[in-house]
Amino acid sequence: MATALSTDLHDCRTAYSETLEALAETDERIVAVVNDSVGSSKLGGFGKRFPERLVNVGIAEQNMVGVGAGLANGGKVPFVSGAACFLSARALEQVKADLAYSNTNVKLCGMSSGVAYGELGPTHHSIEDMGWFRLLTNLTIIVPSDRWETREAIKAAVSNEGPMFIRVSRMPVPDLGRPDGSKFRIGVSEELRAGNDAAIIACGTMVSRALEAAQVMAAEGIDVRVINMATVNPLDHDAVLAAAGTGAVVTVEEHSVRGGLGGAVAEVLSTERPCHMRILGFEGFQPTGTAEFLLERAGLTAEGIAGAVRAVMAARDGK
Amino acid sequence: MTSSSDFQLDLIRGKATAVRRHAIEMVYRAKLGHPGGDMSVTDILATLYFGVLKLDPANPSDPLRDRFVLSKGHCTGALYATLAERGFFDLSELETYMQPLSRLNGHPNRNYVAGVETNTGPLGHGLPVAVGMAIAGQMDKAPWRVFVVVGDGELQEGSNWEAAMAAGHRGLGNLTLIVDRNGLQQGASTEQTNSLEPLADKWRAFGWEVIEVDGHDQSALLKILGAVGTDRPRCVIAHTHKGKGVSYMEDQVGWHHGVPNTEQFEIAMQELV
Ligand SMILES: Cc1ncc(C[n+]2csc(CCOP(=O)(O)OP(=O)(O)O)c2C)c(N)n1
Ligand SMILES: [Mg+2]
Repeated sequence: MATALSTDLHDCRTAYSETLEALAETDERIVAVVNDSVGSSKLGGFGKRFPERLVNVGIAEQNMVGVGAGLANGGKVPFVSGAACFLSARALEQVKADLAYSNTNVKLCGMSSGVAYGELGPTHHSIEDMGWFRLLTNLTIIVPSDRWETREAIKAAVSNEGPMFIRVSRMPVPDLGRPDGSKFRIGVSEELRAGNDAAIIACGTMVSRALEAAQVMAAEGIDVRVINMATVNPLDHDAVLAAAGTGAVVTVEEHSVRGGLGGAVAEVLSTERPCHMRILGFEGFQPTGTAEFLLERAGLTAEGIAGAVRAVMAARDGK
Repeated sequence: MTSSSDFQLDLIRGKATAVRRHAIEMVYRAKLGHPGGDMSVTDILATLYFGVLKLDPANPSDPLRDRFVLSKGHCTGALYATLAERGFFDLSELETYMQPLSRLNGHPNRNYVAGVETNTGPLGHGLPVAVGMAIAGQMDKAPWRVFVVVGDGELQEGSNWEAAMAAGHRGLGNLTLIVDRNGLQQGASTEQTNSLEPLADKWRAFGWEVIEVDGHDQSALLKILGAVGTDRPRCVIAHTHKGKGVSYMEDQVGWHHGVPNTEQFEIAMQELV
């Protein structure tokens, strides 16, 4: 269980690039592939240390992913890094055919996912990526919630074969404050807070907000379970079914309400253990505004999440 | 004898300065934007909007209008300022650039802003859409023309070359592509990143007519862009400078998406006259 959220906030891209650099020191197979995104992927340091292992294909995402597949064929472990919006949307068929269908050992790292690029608008928001990628059943999808989990996800990406998408946030998030010795395991969720009155299942930037919501509700005498579903594919079925035992489930993600974490949880619950549920996320294309403005507007705040939990509990209780 | 074209050039030059000033103000206020590319494309936009394009801001969806697509959609500082100067919306609205719920999103949206033909932002989308527009015009033997501006780094996207092939194959003489050849992309020069040269030869090989021009020479731009096409699509390689007009920004890759501080803003305003 998490202890306390840190007050200092961090951009997970830094944890990503520092970890990659450290791993590359001892594992010569690791290479980075970018699309004029050295700066936005924070790979300037990697490029200085390993100039011959940084492949910048220019502004060409389809080629970037195809090149990644070829590098994997040649025995490399490519980390293909670019803004999540273009990496996922532009290169979707390359991801499908060259990585997922071919089962290639390529690690896609989608930077600044969600609405981090708020004011730049829907072309730059990446709130559809999990929906697109979740259909590619053997593509592992990991959405780290903080620096620690970002580091662990990158290490797991190297030690586990197969195609993977890691969704890296730019919007600063607190450290969740896990106890020493905590382990990250692909496909296994983490119960950050116990509770049987309702359950929140969150991923990525929304996990700390879910914890804050649960804290607010604890003060009202309501015990809300908080589950960090860092692996969205494959989903931790057991944890989802257990959450349904509370009869009131809320999912939260910095993503569309369609096809992402909420969709994945709903697929399991509707077929195996129907219960009252709310899916929090973005309804569709978002207007202009800062990331924080857009998150607030969509109710993706501690108060918004707490409100949804109260609503789903009321529905369960027939109120 | 040349007085009317002199008058037009004065107008274009005056508007170019106004657009540069607006764009820098917008980026400074929003604390976001792409001033380098705004400055490099400004003379092209000013020449098109005040010397070439047949458009009526009061009737922005006139089926007979010339079409313009800014494929390098990150340069909305220059685009919105040009559209406002041309009368598509009020200049005062430029103050809302990228503010919450503003119509003036960081990348252009045709559903918000009259004069925008198609939404851009992801690079490599404008030319295929422009090719479609030109095919529609060709089908109808329509008098209107299609203009599209791409960034040079943007040309690394393969979609451009699929479109280039289609335009050459179909002999789209109503289509003019302008390459903002400022030599820089987001993180470095194009030639260091993924080289484009020999760029003119590439377009020729795809069946295009190629003209190279100083992209800050409004008089040359006016002559070239104003001339009616032939039976081939035309590629105008406009040699430009990123950050043109603001001394400390010129040819500096860091100003791709830099934001001036107060002192830098004031210097820019002194220089842009
Ligand atoms: C498909 C896609 N990939 C990446 C980006 C991120 N990006 C925005 S601008 C830019 C550099 C563009 O360089 P260039 O086309 O030369 O434009 P200019 O120099 O005129 O600003 C990049 C990589 C994007 N907008 N779209
Ligand atoms: Mg350029």
